[in-house]
Amino acid sequence: MTKSKSAYSVAGKKEKLDTHIIVVWVDNEAGVLARVVGLFSGRGYNIESLAVAEIDSKLNISRITIVTTGTPQVIDQIKLQLKKLVPVHKVADFKREDKKVIFKEMALFKFVGNNNKRGKALNACKKYNAVILDKTNKSCVIQITALRREIDKMSKNLKKLGLISVSRTGAVAMTRGAETFK
Amino acid sequence: MPKLLSGAEIVFKCLEDQNVEYIFGYPGGAVLPIYDELKNHSSIKHILVRHEQGAGHAAEGYARSSGKPGVVLVTSGPGATNVVTALTDAYMDSVPLVCISGQVPTHLIGTDAFQECDTTGITRPCTKHNWLVKDIKDLSKIIHKAFEVATTGRPGPVLVDIPKDIQFQKTDYPKFKKKNKLNGKIHNHFSQKEIDELVKLMSKSKKPIFYTGGGVINSGPKASELLRDLVAATGFPITSTLQGLGCFPGDDNNFLGMLGMHGTYEANNAMHDCDLMINIGARFDDRITGKIDEFSPKSIKVHIDIDPSSINKNVKVDLPIVGDVQSVISSIIKTIKKAKPNFVKSNKQQISKWWEQIGKWREKKSLDYINSNETIKPQYAVQRLYELTKNKDTFITTEVGQHQMWAAQHYKFDKPNRWMTSGGLGTMGYGLPAAVGVQIAHPKKLVVDIAGEASVLMTIQEMSTAVQYNLPIKIFILNNEYMGMVRQWQELLHEKNYSESYTAALPDFVKLAEAYGCVGIRAKTPDELDDKIIEMINTDRPVIFDCLVDKQENCFPMIPSGKPHNQMLLGPKDQEQNKITGKGKTLV
Repeated sequence: MTKSKSAYSVAGKKEKLDTHIIVVWVDNEAGVLARVVGLFSGRGYNIESLAVAEIDSKLNISRITIVTTGTPQVIDQIKLQLKKLVPVHKVADFKREDKKVIFKEMALFKFVGNNNKRGKALNACKKYNAVILDKTNKSCVIQITALRREIDKMSKNLKKLGLISVSRTGAVAMTRGAETFK
Repeated sequence: MPKLLSGAEIVFKCLEDQNVEYIFGYPGGAVLPIYDELKNHSSIKHILVRHEQGAGHAAEGYARSSGKPGVVLVTSGPGATNVVTALTDAYMDSVPLVCISGQVPTHLIGTDAFQECDTTGITRPCTKHNWLVKDIKDLSKIIHKAFEVATTGRPGPVLVDIPKDIQFQKTDYPKFKKKNKLNGKIHNHFSQKEIDELVKLMSKSKKPIFYTGGGVINSGPKASELLRDLVAATGFPITSTLQGLGCFPGDDNNFLGMLGMHGTYEANNAMHDCDLMINIGARFDDRITGKIDEFSPKSIKVHIDIDPSSINKNVKVDLPIVGDVQSVISSIIKTIKKAKPNFVKSNKQQISKWWEQIGKWREKKSLDYINSNETIKPQYAVQRLYELTKNKDTFITTEVGQHQMWAAQHYKFDKPNRWMTSGGLGTMGYGLPAAVGVQIAHPKKLVVDIAGEASVLMTIQEMSTAVQYNLPIKIFILNNEYMGMVRQWQELLHEKNYSESYTAALPDFVKLAEAYGCVGIRAKTPDELDDKIIEMINTDRPVIFDCLVDKQENCFPMIPSGKPHNQMLLGPKDQEQNKITGKGKTLV
């Protein structure tokens, strides 16, 4: 056995990683996003995507949706550390596989090419609530809303149909049914 | 129409309403309006330090020895960046600090103005929360909130950054009503069911141990009293972390000494072999657990902590109890008294074998060292200091390194809030300014900083503060001319390559003391040590005590890195018996 030359112990066993969607309700004040993001970077947690906007202008509440991966222990720590921040009101955590929750991302695709190609592209997008936002005789911009992996797949497959630019949001989440997260 | 007050006046109104008696600070351009207002508030005394880091540590010493939040006042830019080390230190060791910093005027923020820095940005990761005051109307609300955040739940530092123009602007100051209800960030969420579960585990256990930490001290003196009752009511052995020393009497028979990297053989082995570990207000720090995969493999672990994020952070526990230590212990005692009034008697038989085993570990006498007639052994120096000061209700601060561990091992505390040391961050230079703060809080008490010559030089300028305010602190330097702990690690892990750990040009500490206008004492041999210590105690002025100790001494026992609790390196006596030579030590 090689001996440790460090004053610290060696890292223990690695556990399995899960993807979680963390939703945080915060006071919409200066620096609040920096606090949340800084907590992630400072403690070495991942951020896969991030979506944030004010949802209640009267109460000044913003809703931050973060997609992250980590071991169950790390996910627990993320939630508990977030709850300690002063401007944080509540924290919800959903597994990506959770059937009771809707996750959606939006993407804007810009296609350049002939009519035929653009028609094919629009067809391919149709099952993801495609909306044409802009059209010229050689280009178009299409908006779709879908799951992360569906958008991943689309942006890969549509390259051959003249996809030249992709812009996408982070995931946003909401529970199904009449209940809301308390 | 209520009277309008300036921002600077509001700062002092808030401090008065929070019953602040002392602020530790250093003036500068961006806080001048606040300093200008100081003269009008006689109930608040300002302590002028010599460096803002000193202000932070002094406020920490004040807070930890008095249980009240420490208040720091610094200017913008370098004033704020200098206090960052102290804020981080307070964050790691859960010390309530309120730091007020000046900032350049609002319209200059973001223009790289003179002495501007992004103070809230820099201090965001090292405070519980911080605020940049952008509107004078928010000022009083923010300062009161700052005190609330600093002192409730798990305590910690906060910072309020006040631009200079806000300090001049005027608004009214609403009457302050102290809230009895604590904010939403406090978690006293344990249930009687959890307590019942714990008592059940306790009555079944054959090898129990209490593992206590700084949370007991932070919970207030009543928590320490209750802890004594709890140990008396159960007869369980108890060990403490570095920060928890003093919450249980160090000379009590149930006390196994400190645990962890430089903890006693009995404490660490008991932690490893126990079947029930009850963690009260400690956080499974890596200096405590050693190798996490082999940490106490056979035990059921119970964790009592006020901070839910401490639970399962490093070690998975079986029964978490989230709450204030004082209320949890008091519930446990009540439950035991009600459910099992004869707990100690019925339990004595059950854990007698465990105590026998602990007795065997104790026979190792792991804190022993080979004393000398020619040179002062550092352990001997701490022991003599303890014997000569133990009846005086002494307050001890330390720097960081070997001397800190020797102090923790050989100075026995019997009351909480008497031991101030930088544990989490391990800040060299903590002890001297902390002693200043402790002496401010306890003017009549004996305050000793057990120091190393390397650490103390990092904040030696605060001797000037001690002299200015007639604070008779005693700086007891164990001088081995090395950064001793660095040298020890280099000896054990880096083939004795003593890279840069020797200080070749040390000052003459006796002359240095005289230069500062305090008293210098030097002890060179063991036979003059007692007399010199007594001379130090009897001097009613600040003293720098230069205690020349053995240069080669190592701090044992020790758990080497990456090892579990039951693989300790013991001191030289044991190593001689087991014929481990100097070379063998490096192989462990």
